[in-house]
Amino acid sequence: MYSLSGRTAVAGIGATEFSKASGRTELQLAAEAVFAALDDAGLSPSEVDGLVTYTQDSNQEISVAREVGIGDLSFFSRVHYGGGAACGTVMHAAMAVATGAASTVVCYRAFNERSGRRFGQPDAGLGGEPSSQGMEMSWHVPYGLMTPAAWVAMFAQRYMHTYGASSEDFGRVAVAMRRHAATNPAAWFHGRPITLEQHQASKWIVEPLHLLDCCQESDGAVALVVTSAERARDLRRSPAIVSAAAQGSGAGQMMMTSFYRDDMSGLPEMGVVGRGLWEMSGLAPKDMQAAIIYDHFTPFVLSQLEELGFCGRGEAKDFIANGGIEIDGHLPVNPHGGQLGEAYIHGMNGIAEAVRQIRGTSVNQVGTVHNVLVTAGTGVPTSGLILSQD
Amino acid sequence: MTTTAESSLHELLTALGERQIAVGEVRGVAATDPVNLPMIHHWTDAMGDANPVYTDEDFARGSVHGEIVAPPAMIQVWTMPGLARAKGAASPMDDVLGALDENGFTGVVATNCEQTHHRYLRLGETLVPATRMTGMSGPKTTALGVGYFVTWVVTWYSGDEPVAEMMFRVLKFRPREKKSEPEARAPFPLRPAVNKDTAFFWDGVREGELRIQKCGDCGELRHPPGPVCPSCRSVNRTHIVAAGTGEVYSFVVHHNPPVPGIETPFAVAVIELPEGVRIVGNVVGCPLEKVGIGMQLRVTYREMDDELVLPMWVPRES
Ligand SMILES: [Zn+2]
Repeated sequence: MYSLSGRTAVAGIGATEFSKASGRTELQLAAEAVFAALDDAGLSPSEVDGLVTYTQDSNQEISVAREVGIGDLSFFSRVHYGGGAACGTVMHAAMAVATGAASTVVCYRAFNERSGRRFGQPDAGLGGEPSSQGMEMSWHVPYGLMTPAAWVAMFAQRYMHTYGASSEDFGRVAVAMRRHAATNPAAWFHGRPITLEQHQASKWIVEPLHLLDCCQESDGAVALVVTSAERARDLRRSPAIVSAAAQGSGAGQMMMTSFYRDDMSGLPEMGVVGRGLWEMSGLAPKDMQAAIIYDHFTPFVLSQLEELGFCGRGEAKDFIANGGIEIDGHLPVNPHGGQLGEAYIHGMNGIAEAVRQIRGTSVNQVGTVHNVLVTAGTGVPTSGLILSQD
Repeated sequence: MTTTAESSLHELLTALGERQIAVGEVRGVAATDPVNLPMIHHWTDAMGDANPVYTDEDFARGSVHGEIVAPPAMIQVWTMPGLARAKGAASPMDDVLGALDENGFTGVVATNCEQTHHRYLRLGETLVPATRMTGMSGPKTTALGVGYFVTWVVTWYSGDEPVAEMMFRVLKFRPREKKSEPEARAPFPLRPAVNKDTAFFWDGVREGELRIQKCGDCGELRHPPGPVCPSCRSVNRTHIVAAGTGEVYSFVVHHNPPVPGIETPFAVAVIELPEGVRIVGNVVGCPLEKVGIGMQLRVTYREMDDELVLPMWVPRES
């Protein structure tokens, strides 16, 4: 059977600074990140023939192409479902390259999520329109259940009930991410670690989530260059081979509100992604030297570790309490500090960190990383990657 | 309403008023009973009027009247239609007051009432009222709201003789939004989108029913509902009415950020119904710290504004 595994690579990464007020348009941010990624790869805009972004990105592919001087495009696509799109953009790019639809594809995500439209704020328009998503939202929005924190909190409460996890168990994730970010100069929270006591004392956002269970809001952009593994070997950087890429959606799936299916203590869509990744790569959890686990809210870091098979159901709290996700732990998670610590760029900054870990160039390098697993937004249809050394 | 629409409404109301003034006096329905002692008794008792000329035959005989007379201020009473009695003949005021009501001037307050009594009424006289509209002015901005002053005169006849007159003026106004309860009157901002697939649910809520979609062919229950049965592909949809009880499966207490239309903190729960489906709703009517997984609830309904009714959940024992 034809497999995508090993055929393509991430050959370049680029980003803007991460801030709370970029002071420029989202299109400019996108262009800057694309330039940076192409420079990193040693490619010129004219060599790009494909662009992929999120459906939520406000910058059209053609707008970015015009801005950076990309000419003809033979492939462009968008991946849906919020931050669940992150690794999906690389998957789509890899498929395009592997099938010959394009030779060099840039994936990008750019937004002023702090100074512009803030995802964490209630949007009174949610549920107002009779699209299928509007209809889903209509079962929740009238009751004030309308922020990502609230939707995640609903799962977290049930998870705590089912497995006996506590707010401190969630807090340990935040503390670890802030500890990692503290030594990453690119991180917004560089030099600002927190303690578990500070986590516990932070204000309620939506019980059982404290403020410090919720990732920050950021302005910024990240871009990635995907090309064939063969071509990547000839470029400036050592390639991060795409060993596996997968998307996943589960039975009874909704956008953040999958409350109606059998179980609310897991993330079946991430289970789908995990099975896809292990099968495509022929690798197993023990083969990962690091993981980038999407951390918009701490509770879903626990569920993901379980869905991906890094530990058993309900065991993530012990895995974490025993130092499992620390830089020197069993599975270093988010050495850059994740979205809780570095920046919230909808998961794209995590993919860039995974590439640095493969290259051995991260400021928080965890040693020799042969394989790193990356996940995308959770609670929504999602995606994942395994990047490997050549 | 736009200024243009407002001025054309003014023209319409003014024209209607002028037409009704031109109609002149319109006779109403004659009094049901002639002027009589029992009604005078009731009235003087109620008003605390002890003048014996109205009730004491012997005293009255020796008075200037030579017989019992009715209190002049009682004039309206004789022809006042009872609550349950048909109003009878139309008054020239009906159309004008109706048009004002229809255009939002639903408030009413009497501003002037002047009676002129031509003579005392004797027992046995039967009165007939007649009404004529005499004036209309506005729109005027008042403390109560913008409105029109409408004036009419009622004349009471005994036979062909006018015995009394009353000038009556009211202000018909658009009630101002009450400042004391803006929250209650403001439209609840978080409305659900409703379409053909979900209208039955929201219709049910307005009727005090918690409806669950049921496949018309295989009988499967489903919430949230959808157009096609995932079990048998049927589009033949029916619904059942749930018992209205449930159990908290999971819940949150929302503190931040503020949510439009709802005061924080508030509780939202995923509720498992005995019928076998789950539904999301607010848990109200108990302290937030009492909300927990497994809590037994029953449904109730709350009017969020003039249009939206939401199912809400309260502790089952309450
Ligand atoms: Zn069916």
